[in-house]
Amino acid sequence: MATVYVNDTPVDIGDEKLNCVQAAEKAGILIPHYCYHPALSVVASCRMCLVEVGDKKPDGTIAMQPKVVPGCQTPVKDGTVIITRSPKAKDAQERTLESLLLNHPLDCPVCDKAGECSLQDYSFGYGKAESRMNDEKKTPPNKPDIGPNINLFTDRCIMCSRCVRFTREVAGTAELHITHRGDHAEIDVFPGEPLDNKLSTNVVDLCPVGALASKDFLYTQRVWNLKTVDSVCPGCSTGCSIHLDGNKGVIYRLRPRANPKAQGHFMCDEGRLGYHYANAAERLREPIVRGPHGWSAVGHREAVQKTQQGFNEYSLRSITGVWGVLSPFMTVEEAYLLASWIRDFGKEARLVMGPVPVEGQDDHYPKDRRGNEVPGASKFTIRAEKCPNRKGVEAILEHFSGSVVGFDAFLASLQKGQVKAAILAGGYVPTGKGHWFPAEAVPHLDQVPFLVVHETFKSPLSEKAHVVFPAATWAEKEGTFLNHKGLAQAIHWISTPPGESRTDGQVYLDLLGRTGLMRAQQLRKEIAEKIPTLSQLTTGHLGTNGVLPGETPPAQSPKQKIPVH
Amino acid sequence: MAYEPVLLARVGKADSTSIEGYRRDGGYETLARALKDMTGEQVTDVVKGAGLRGRGGAGFPTGLKWTFLPKGHPGPIYLCVNVDESEPCTFNNRILVEKDPHQVLEGIILACYAFKATTAYFYIRYEYGTGMRAMQSAIDEAYAAGFLGKNILGSGYSLDVFVHRGAGAYICGEETGLIESLEGKRAWPRIKPPFPAIEGAFRKPTIVNNPETLANVVQILKRGADWFKSIGVPPDPKNPRDAGSYGPKLYCISGHVNNPGVVELPLGVTVRQLINEHGGGVWKGKKAKGCIPGGNSMGLMTEAEFDTPLDFNGPGRVGCLGLGTGAVTVFDEDTSIVDVLYNLCRFFQHESCGQCTPCREGTGWMFKIMKRFQSGQGRREDLAVLEEVADKIGIMPGTTICGLADGAGWPVKTAIRKFRPEFEKYIQDGTASKSKPLPMAAH
Repeated sequence: MATVYVNDTPVDIGDEKLNCVQAAEKAGILIPHYCYHPALSVVASCRMCLVEVGDKKPDGTIAMQPKVVPGCQTPVKDGTVIITRSPKAKDAQERTLESLLLNHPLDCPVCDKAGECSLQDYSFGYGKAESRMNDEKKTPPNKPDIGPNINLFTDRCIMCSRCVRFTREVAGTAELHITHRGDHAEIDVFPGEPLDNKLSTNVVDLCPVGALASKDFLYTQRVWNLKTVDSVCPGCSTGCSIHLDGNKGVIYRLRPRANPKAQGHFMCDEGRLGYHYANAAERLREPIVRGPHGWSAVGHREAVQKTQQGFNEYSLRSITGVWGVLSPFMTVEEAYLLASWIRDFGKEARLVMGPVPVEGQDDHYPKDRRGNEVPGASKFTIRAEKCPNRKGVEAILEHFSGSVVGFDAFLASLQKGQVKAAILAGGYVPTGKGHWFPAEAVPHLDQVPFLVVHETFKSPLSEKAHVVFPAATWAEKEGTFLNHKGLAQAIHWISTPPGESRTDGQVYLDLLGRTGLMRAQQLRKEIAEKIPTLSQLTTGHLGTNGVLPGETPPAQSPKQKIPVH
Repeated sequence: MAYEPVLLARVGKADSTSIEGYRRDGGYETLARALKDMTGEQVTDVVKGAGLRGRGGAGFPTGLKWTFLPKGHPGPIYLCVNVDESEPCTFNNRILVEKDPHQVLEGIILACYAFKATTAYFYIRYEYGTGMRAMQSAIDEAYAAGFLGKNILGSGYSLDVFVHRGAGAYICGEETGLIESLEGKRAWPRIKPPFPAIEGAFRKPTIVNNPETLANVVQILKRGADWFKSIGVPPDPKNPRDAGSYGPKLYCISGHVNNPGVVELPLGVTVRQLINEHGGGVWKGKKAKGCIPGGNSMGLMTEAEFDTPLDFNGPGRVGCLGLGTGAVTVFDEDTSIVDVLYNLCRFFQHESCGQCTPCREGTGWMFKIMKRFQSGQGRREDLAVLEEVADKIGIMPGTTICGLADGAGWPVKTAIRKFRPEFEKYIQDGTASKSKPLPMAAH
């Protein structure tokens, strides 16, 4: 057992290999830092984390080192004493901040980062109120075209080189580099080689100041107006933990949330920028039913009643003609509710898995400069399976049907005209590459006497349906996703479903005739009781980082803190 | 008794660069003897016993540095020869490399033999084209004569030497910056530890030495450690940490003197002797105002301090950073100290690598202040800011990775402390400097 003393607070660090910044974090003390990032190599160049370090001898005496040292680069061992706010350390930190602000434009009122900027935060917490500089600041030109998704405000840069190290060490594509020397150094790309890789926008999160900005988010919102919830990216089966930022029902951005169990610290651009469909004005806003006189918008209750009537009728006629098609975009809870409802009609009612979208191969990073994968430890993976919850839905299907039946079974029956009543769950994220339902099977839908679909947008499928429920996106519901390795993570809503629509889970709850609102936490407990393979859900709480199979779930979810990295 | 040059003995001779000329003067005999009669450890012991201290600037004991290499390392071990001689007004290595490359090369081979290095990189700054060509042809000749390559002189020891030409940056003279540059990266000095002797070029143990040091190695092995110790200044008995300043040193004299150049003298000569006896005195019959005793980064010395001996301890006693490269730049009584400091600050803001915030911004800030000073807009409080910034940047207070910032701060604070009345008068008069700043190569 190793004990480190941070500002007189003893911290047990066990046998972990930590640096001063990490050890202090364990003690709940923030050592300010810019260039240090846990996922990148240590360069100790920003000199913000200067602290005093010493050794506590067995006889109790403390020998301090004469100089200040960078905390990020100084390892701790048993008996290390770290003093973060001694006059010497304080002076060094103040000086570093004064230096960083010498050439910083202080254009916070127009800067996107204002409100979540480390330079603001540290200047307030550790800096001096005044600058003694009364000469001209340097004003290098901005580089708005540094990448298709990225804008560089060169003058705001504090040269921490996190972005450069990211493109070299994690993306591996090494587009960014530093040109010039000394105080005229700038971040830049080589001519004709913009910052364009699948992980490029991570540099925006890494940038501690407002130098690198996401073109997608630029000038849309002041960050203090945003509400933030923890969620999971639905883009692929990696299941990146994210912060979901929105305001007044509009999603403005996704940011990766550090989670060692899921993806690490980053996320891909495709996932990050894939939320726009949820804000679209064209989304279906109310349930619609097809009557003798064409389409009509109806209330939620009427649509539910009509669905119940239809299924009751056809289940009596032909129980094998009743189909529930689940989608790998559903949450575990939704899948459970829908499967329960279908199963209530009888053992012969059919439950199948909808199509699981797969694109190419798993994409591992870092790459080399030519774009080939580097063998060895992969630091980030974009998975080929472009859905968040195949595993979770399969676990539900296995419970209700004994095995997972694929979508082909449904298509085969559809072709033979054996499908009498079907409900097709949605949630598919539009990809712009055609609708998820195979186009050649659409004409066969005419033979289905009663078709209910959950759709986000008007589609070939909704045209053929008898009842269309507007589907809620993942950003509008509570629930659980199981990623490729079975990590159960909670998703939370940031906006409400548009218009009259309700969350898919609420629809299924109403179909089941259960009263009340859909509560993911209670449902998780219920699911875990019935389905032993989903033991991750036993307590109903999943914590911030999720629960892996075999892990003991937490007794309650901790309050969420804004992370320091 | 006049000192007879040893290191520079062959400079000025007609065929000083050719291997024939060098061998005629007894060249490579020391190497042959060492390879035949001595082990590497013995060579190291002789160098260590002679008390040779590195001539690159820091004055670290050379033999001791060699012993820092891990014992029994399977190799490869590298030697980097640091000829990125970028300290302004310093040209002692240039003379050695251009005029007597074989002496340096023999030193390289001896050093490599001492610590079992199998590859040496001769890192030379871009501006030394002549030196690079001289060294390359010396290496080619040495390969042909069997002093380099496989199984040197039948001893079973093999060594390859490669010339690497830098791209011209002051920071490449910092040993880890040099190694980064050698590896093809941006010359950003590395965090120490690990020191290069443990993990240097290509993550292998590496020794970085200066050509003048290596030339001294040849002379020590040729003439013996006792000869070496008979020259120079013995350690100060009052200072137990003083390793002494033994041996000859190449002093460069430049600036406002009648006779600038390189002279070889025993360590411990005073500035006044150097200027008057070897530099021909201050030019135009003027008096000196001060000097820079050992390259820009060592700080300034006033005329009153000219009796300071230029050994490894002398300049430190008058507030300078150290001996440095032993390059004395003299300025006469009419030189404006503001102009001097302006140029010094301009140099360091141009050459700061930009890695550590305090140095990157600090050197830039000091330059901006000096620029304003020179235009007649200086303020009294600027002096305090300058002094404070200069004091707090550098590896000594712990705020940077390498020593460039210390070197940038030292001239500023010594100038202000030693010439404060002149700065104050400058501010009071409020006039812009009449003299034009010296042109600097466009970057």
